[in-house]
Amino acid sequence: MPKDHEGIGASSKRREDVRFLTGAGNYTDDINVNGQAYVHFLRSDVAHGRLTKVDTSEAEGMPGVIRVFTGADFEGVGGLPCGWCVTDRHGQPMQEPAHPVLAQGKVRHVGDPIAAVVAETAEQARDAAEAIEVDIEDLPAVVDMKAALKDDATKVHDDLSSNLCYDWGFVEENREAVDKAINEAAHVTTLELKNQRLVANPMEPRVAVGDFNRATGEHTLYTTSQNPHVIRLLMGAFVLGIPEHKLRVVAPDVGGGFGSKIFHYAEEAFCTFAAKAVNRPVKWTSSRSEAFISDAHGRDHVTKIELALDKDNNFTAIRTETYANMGAYLSTFAPSVPTWLHGTLMAGNYKTPLIYVNVKAVFTNTVPVDAYRGAGRPEATFQLERVIDKAARELGVDPIALRRQNFVTEFPYATPVAVEYDTGDYNGTMDVLEKMADLSGFEARRKESEARGKLRGLGLNCYIEACGIAPSQLVGQLGARAGLYESATVRVNATGGIVVMTGSHSHGQGHETTFPQVIADMIGIDADMVEIEHGDTANTPMGMGTYGSRSIAVGGSAMVRAAEKVINKAKKIAAHLMEASEADIELKDGQFSVAGTDKSVAWGDVTLAAYVPHNYPLDEIEPGLEETAFYDPSNFTYPAGAYACEVEVDPETGKVEIKRFAAADDFGNIINPMIVDGQVHGGIGQGIGQALLENCVYDESGQILSASFMDYAMPRADDVPFYDVDHSSQTPCTHNPLGVKGCGEAGAIGSPPAVVNAVIDALHSGGHKVDHIDMPVSPARVWAAMNA
Amino acid sequence: MYAFDFERPSTLAEAEKALATEDAQALGGGQTLIPTLKQRLAMPSKLVSLGAIDEIKGVRKGDDGALCVGGGATHATVAREAAADYPALAALASHIGDPAVRNRGTIGGSIANNDPAACYPAAVLGSGATVVTNKREIAADDYFTGLFETALDEGEIITEVRFPIPEKANYQKFEQPASRFALVGVFVAKYADGVRVAVTGASEGGVFRWSEAEAALSGAFSADAVAGLALSADGMMSDLHGSAAYRAHLVGVMTRRAVESAG
Ligand SMILES: Cc1cc2nc3c(=O)[nH]c(=O)nc-3n(C[C@H](O)[C@H](O)[C@H](O)COP(=O)(O)OP(=O)(O)OC[C@H]3O[C@@H](n4cnc5c(N)ncnc54)[C@H](O)[C@@H]3O)c2cc1C
Repeated sequence: MPKDHEGIGASSKRREDVRFLTGAGNYTDDINVNGQAYVHFLRSDVAHGRLTKVDTSEAEGMPGVIRVFTGADFEGVGGLPCGWCVTDRHGQPMQEPAHPVLAQGKVRHVGDPIAAVVAETAEQARDAAEAIEVDIEDLPAVVDMKAALKDDATKVHDDLSSNLCYDWGFVEENREAVDKAINEAAHVTTLELKNQRLVANPMEPRVAVGDFNRATGEHTLYTTSQNPHVIRLLMGAFVLGIPEHKLRVVAPDVGGGFGSKIFHYAEEAFCTFAAKAVNRPVKWTSSRSEAFISDAHGRDHVTKIELALDKDNNFTAIRTETYANMGAYLSTFAPSVPTWLHGTLMAGNYKTPLIYVNVKAVFTNTVPVDAYRGAGRPEATFQLERVIDKAARELGVDPIALRRQNFVTEFPYATPVAVEYDTGDYNGTMDVLEKMADLSGFEARRKESEARGKLRGLGLNCYIEACGIAPSQLVGQLGARAGLYESATVRVNATGGIVVMTGSHSHGQGHETTFPQVIADMIGIDADMVEIEHGDTANTPMGMGTYGSRSIAVGGSAMVRAAEKVINKAKKIAAHLMEASEADIELKDGQFSVAGTDKSVAWGDVTLAAYVPHNYPLDEIEPGLEETAFYDPSNFTYPAGAYACEVEVDPETGKVEIKRFAAADDFGNIINPMIVDGQVHGGIGQGIGQALLENCVYDESGQILSASFMDYAMPRADDVPFYDVDHSSQTPCTHNPLGVKGCGEAGAIGSPPAVVNAVIDALHSGGHKVDHIDMPVSPARVWAAMNA
Repeated sequence: MYAFDFERPSTLAEAEKALATEDAQALGGGQTLIPTLKQRLAMPSKLVSLGAIDEIKGVRKGDDGALCVGGGATHATVAREAAADYPALAALASHIGDPAVRNRGTIGGSIANNDPAACYPAAVLGSGATVVTNKREIAADDYFTGLFETALDEGEIITEVRFPIPEKANYQKFEQPASRFALVGVFVAKYADGVRVAVTGASEGGVFRWSEAEAALSGAFSADAVAGLALSADGMMSDLHGSAAYRAHLVGVMTRRAVESAG
């Protein structure tokens, strides 16, 4: 039935792809405002130093130069705000440094903007930027996190007491009980590891165009953002002091974000500010090289995890100590990532009764680090699933059996780390995986690989994530400075077509296809009667945007609520038209009928009546058919899954090849299976990128060594296998109207441990007793581990 | 980019003249030079494109049986047109970069640039080829003089590279994971008068001949002959993609594999 009108459950083709694949997309860089000037940022090429001179006099006289800005121009302007305040173990708020739009007094990372030239052309702006004379008195670069916390370490921020942003304990009250459980355990497995720094590298680099209308006093910012309303609020209220009604933020087609386009960046504030200051639209387009040193990075945790087990191999306690790199400043949501998005997931899929997570967030002279696909949850999953694998090997037990034995099986389940899983079936999902991955055929495949001189390994892991990032009151208690509801307006036109204006933002997720499927299903009309608008604060209700796999779970739910209001009103109109009681009206396949009769009116008749209310219950209801809803869920959603990876290692070179990859996910109900497959494929590709290839490396002086694709290895098509993906194991979310959980990050969360577990397994099969290799598990690292 | 003049002559003679301007520079396929310009790391006064000079774009068989590749021949041209006469060379060309790079990049540009991780230098040195310029002929052994350094003079144009065709040859490339240039590449070529083994990607001094392997293989052309050889890690490059010891080790592995695959 749903297939008839491409409703819920149909693998409808992505309608947005037509414009993306035919070059008809409208990205921010495609936007050129009449009279626009261009800005070039002069960025620091040293990691840490005191600005002793910024002389712009020569640059100001260069051809085409309109104006040169330095930090001094922003002294009366707010800094970039941080959207989350973490409270430390002692009940104190985190240390929160100022983050000026342009550097003031000091530069703190390679890429820190020192000055900005606005000129007639981009080349002229760049020429003039080269003519700015800058003297920097070098200071020692703070790069290594543990060294940064030593008493004699140079401070990144002179006005803070140290380089420690916070020392967070979770749950602090559990600390002693956890220590005791670990001391008394029959077995403790310990693992020290790094979750390396990554660069998001969306295909589209960031762009910002600021425009100011002198006649109306209105500012417009076109920007590559995952959440235009959030940018409007942060930039308007905290940086530039522009009220929302005078500020419009537009994020049109956005070519991928992966988290890096959530945050409010200096370049956005600059272009908005400068457009008014020079009375010209101002455009900035990041180069790829600039993106490496100005987009927020991801991950960068150094962790020690201990897993305690009793004599029967039941998990009894987990203790972790993590150093989380914040970089030089606090990016918008940076403090939340290693804490609330990481600590709350340390229970994983297991009923470990006692957990203590300690996180020290550290300032260093590096690019700020913030959420990147998965945000905290990949870090939690990686350490947990790696330590379980190591424990299984130490104890000589089957890694699947050990996991199954410790699975949470009863729901709802309150973890010892403050969240409550509403539903799940981890054994059922593992059953799906075991079959799909043909685990029983593994030994034969291993023999076949060995016959070709290769070492074959099998790696497994489970994951759980908290997504649908929401409940506002909860996140408020946890330190969020924003609400995390979502919104939608469902506007029905006179002839029955519908426009949904959502506060979510699509930058690759396919909302324009899936959201109409839901509406089509609810009303029983064709999905192509529904259009989705998003990305423009001028015509969408205040929404918090897209990240944390929240769009369908939170934004989709808001849309359902608004559509329910529309349907309820439409039923009133239909009842009036058919002179029936509202309670008897049924809506099916786009027809309103009166139960038990053959009377019916079509959807279009009712919508027309709403706008041409000649025969209409005007004394009861208003004309028109347009409703808005805000949805604030009562809990996170908890997608979970089990992944299996098979690798072949070339023992001569250390090169790892992924031969098979199977992903069994429980996303609850699914709107568009094809799009879900695609999200999982992409996520696994990114996870494989982290596991085998990607690595953002700084040297001791704070220079970034992997600052281009020549040295930063992105995953490519031939690095990944054909995936087996299954999401038939479904336990619908119990608290949102669609029973959906979200699927955007799962692949990136669930895949890195599977790959690394597989490599370690392969090495053991070749007699190499290697406990761990840090990601990326590059050929050189595998070879070094084998020959240690 | 900084501003520059541009010329696109159709004969070598015109190109020579155009290159006589101070700070003029030849432009081959632009696959190295254009990104360098975009980053403002070079500031030529004039770019002289060699792309319209038909006389240096072909692949032909020389009178002495050598395969003569025009200095302006693209990697794609070599992949196609050398396949019958010198399959190892064609295979090497067909694995440089991606199709866009292969359709633009030229052998002249590659060996003029002499990136220490580039593939062609291994083939040129491993084949004992002759680099022909508008002024002279330079033996491969004299041509490569260090990292990004060659025997070329300012403004000198590579017009042809003459490859003696070996009995057997093979190139094994172990890719650097990010750039997919050679982390280590080994070109082995067996001639009637001996075997040549050239290594790219590994050494701090750029492409070099591994003389121990050449001696062993000239005695017996088999993987076993080089199985026991180990190259010292001294002087090997070390970076985030591999230590000196790893590179030295890979040279041995790739040499053996090249011998096994030589055809
Ligand atoms: C994405 C990518 C991947 C790549 N992968 C590989 C790889 O795997 N292996 C590999 O070996 N290379 C690789 N390359 C480099 C590629 O082979 C380039 O084509 C080559 O290095 C330069 O050739 P070009 O014709 O583009 O020269 P250009 O970039 O035009 O010029 C390079 C230099 O050579 C000079 N020059 C050009 N032609 C001549 C001539 N006929 N005589 C004298 N001087 C000349 C120029 O003045 C300049 O100094 C890659 C490049 C890219 C962009």
